[in-house]
Formats: sequence, C-alpha cells, structure tokens
Amino acid sequence: MSNNNNIAQARKLVEQLRLEAGIERIKVSKAAADLMNYCEQHARNDPLLVGVPTSENPFKDKKPCIIL
Amino acid sequence: MGEMEELRKEAENLKDQITEARKVVQDATLPEVAAGTAVVGRVQLKTRKTLRGHLAKIYAMHWGADTKLCVSASQDGKLIVWDTLTTNKVNAIPLKSSWVMTCAYAPSGNLVACGGLDNMCSIYNLKGKDGNVKVMRELAAHTGYLSCCRFLSDSEIITSSGDCTCVLWDIETGTQKTIFAGHMGDCMSLAVSPDFKTFISGACDFTAKLWDIREATCRQTFSGHESDINAIGFFPNGNAVITGSDDATCKLYDLRADQELITYQDSSIMCGVTSLAPSLSGRLLLAGYDDFNVNIWDTLKGERVGVLAGHDNRVSCIGVSSDGMACCTGSWDSFLKIWN
Repeated sequence: MSNNNNIAQARKLVEQLRLEAGIERIKVSKAAADLMNYCEQHARNDPLLVGVPTSENPFKDKKPCIIL
Repeated sequence: MGEMEELRKEAENLKDQITEARKVVQDATLPEVAAGTAVVGRVQLKTRKTLRGHLAKIYAMHWGADTKLCVSASQDGKLIVWDTLTTNKVNAIPLKSSWVMTCAYAPSGNLVACGGLDNMCSIYNLKGKDGNVKVMRELAAHTGYLSCCRFLSDSEIITSSGDCTCVLWDIETGTQKTIFAGHMGDCMSLAVSPDFKTFISGACDFTAKLWDIREATCRQTFSGHESDINAIGFFPNGNAVITGSDDATCKLYDLRADQELITYQDSSIMCGVTSLAPSLSGRLLLAGYDDFNVNIWDTLKGERVGVLAGHDNRVSCIGVSSDGMACCTGSWDSFLKIWN
C-alpha cells in the first residue's frame, strides 16, 4: 500500500537526519584558517597561480622566430 | 495517519537542530579569516593548444593521471584520447550510442569509461593485446541517464544518474556493489575524495551529499543553492567541497564545519555554471558557464580574478591536470583548449 511506502520513506528520512544531526562540527574560524594555510603552503607550486616560465612550459611551442 | 504526522514533525525538529548546530560553530567567516592573505591579482591565462577533431558538441573531458593525456566525449559519437602536448589523437573510439554525457580516465591509464542517454556506463580497455580499443564491460542497471562516472581503480567505478542514485560497480563482474540513494532529484555530477574513501554528488534537488564509500552511507547534506547543481569538486586537501549551479553561483562548503563558507557570485553573471575545477593549491577556482566563458575566482576572498574567453559556445567541461600545469576546457563549439 502506498501509505506504508510513504511511512517507510519518512522513517528513512528521519533516520538519515538523525545521523547528520549527530556529527561533530569544528569552528568555522578553524576550518577557514586550515583552508587558508593549505593555499599558502602550496601557492608557490601552483603553476596557474604563479605562472609558468616559458622555458619550463611543456605546452608552449618553442619555435624560433622566422624573419620574413 | 498519526505516525506520518509524527515523523514529519520529527524531521522538522532534526532539520532545526542541524541549522542550530551549524550556527553554534559560526564564529567567523572565510573572507574575514582570509583578510590578511595577499590578494591574488589578475590571472591571465593563454590558450596554448586547441584540440580539433570532434564534429559536434563536446560534453565531457577528463585528464589522465600522467598529466599529458586526456579523454573527451562528444555527441558526434566519439571518445577521443588526446596527447595534449602534441595535439595528436592517440585513440578515436566510436561509441554505440552517440548520446554521451560523461567520460572518465582510470588512474592507471588502462581504461576509459563513458555513458549518457543509453543509461549505461561502458568501459573501454585502451591497452588490449591486439592494439584495438574494445568495450570491456557495459554496466547496465540505472533507470535514468548516466550524468557522471569516476574510476576508483581498474576494478571499481562510481556512477551518478538521472534516476537519482549513485552506484559503486564491480567492473570485473559488471554488477552493482552499492547503491547510494537519498537524492530527490537527478544526480548530475560526482567527485571522489583525494583519499578515495568518500565521494560527493550534486543533484537537481539543489543539494550536495557526502557519501562514505565502504559504509555505504550518506554522512552529510549541503543546501543553499537555488537551482540544480551541475558541477562538483573537492578542494585539494579533501576538507571542502565546491559546487556549481544553474543559479549562477558556485559555493564552497567545509566538511568539518558542516556548512557553506562562501558563495562565488557577481550580479553581472546570470547564467548557469556547467563545470568547475580548482587549481593545484586550491586558491583559484575555474568555473565554466553557459555564456561561453570561464570565470576564475579567488577561493578565499570570493573575488573574480580572471576570465578565459575563447570559446564560441557554452563551456561544458573543465579540468586541471594533476600537476596543476594546465587547465583544459571543452565546449559545445566542438573544440578543447589547453590554457596556462
């Protein structure tokens, strides 16, 4: 009966919400600081952020200039 | 009748509890904490390569782990594996169904997968003995379109579907190991955590869910978007999730604080986000939009710091190689571009 299905679904939803309500949460200040620290630690190794010198750029065509 | 009403009330109570618990730890905002960090400055990337060869809209692309090869899927009915350095096509794989919506490269480099309106995930072996690329497995069980797929290894793959579920498959036997049900709308996108223990899904119910792969449970649900979530990805340290939506915004949710920390939006941007990828350090977020552009965001301060304009139609997919050296965009204009 669809009634029983609805109740079964509602029970599952409540069970899931209970699970989610019970998790540990850390302070936003700590979470944000950790994200910021990760970015800072890895910034200088991030090619898109700091740029890639032409000589080290595998995607840059190193063709000599042709004088026409 | 009585039990239904009780359950409804209990659900509302629990939702309020969650909202309260999230407020309790909200002692700061991300932009506040990041105020002391140096600004990023204008990010200007150039197109280094254009990958030409597809004859119709490109719907998906995925970098290989070796950072040189990538696979793309187009509704011209082909999967193409590209050498991005030379722009050569390493493989051009004809598909049974041209209605492809997603593709993936296995971390080993041995397999690729794709799927779409055929409701199946087809696995192809790139390293077959006779050199021919053949279908190795067809994973069929979803009752809706395949929107996304990602390999855990050569023996396991996770798929997301328009049937509102995600599934973990055993590729060897072609069977479903685990069904992840809970979303109330089409699942549009998924991403696997850096430690391979969890994955996140974004759906048309406007929420993102974090799933424990082995426990087969949903750990957390994130709301806030006002429309379908089309794209999702992990912040590189695995502690945060970034989503992109038809509501024209991207959001960053922290997993340990269990809440949204920032929204990436601008009043001039009114079209949906189709795809996203963070840069190697996580400081930049590259997001593709329906208006043919990619916007580059400073993830900590929330400001737009660059635009990639180069496609003549919607940017449907984007990826940053695992060494962070380049970003690849795929478009409905049938081209892929490599930028750095």
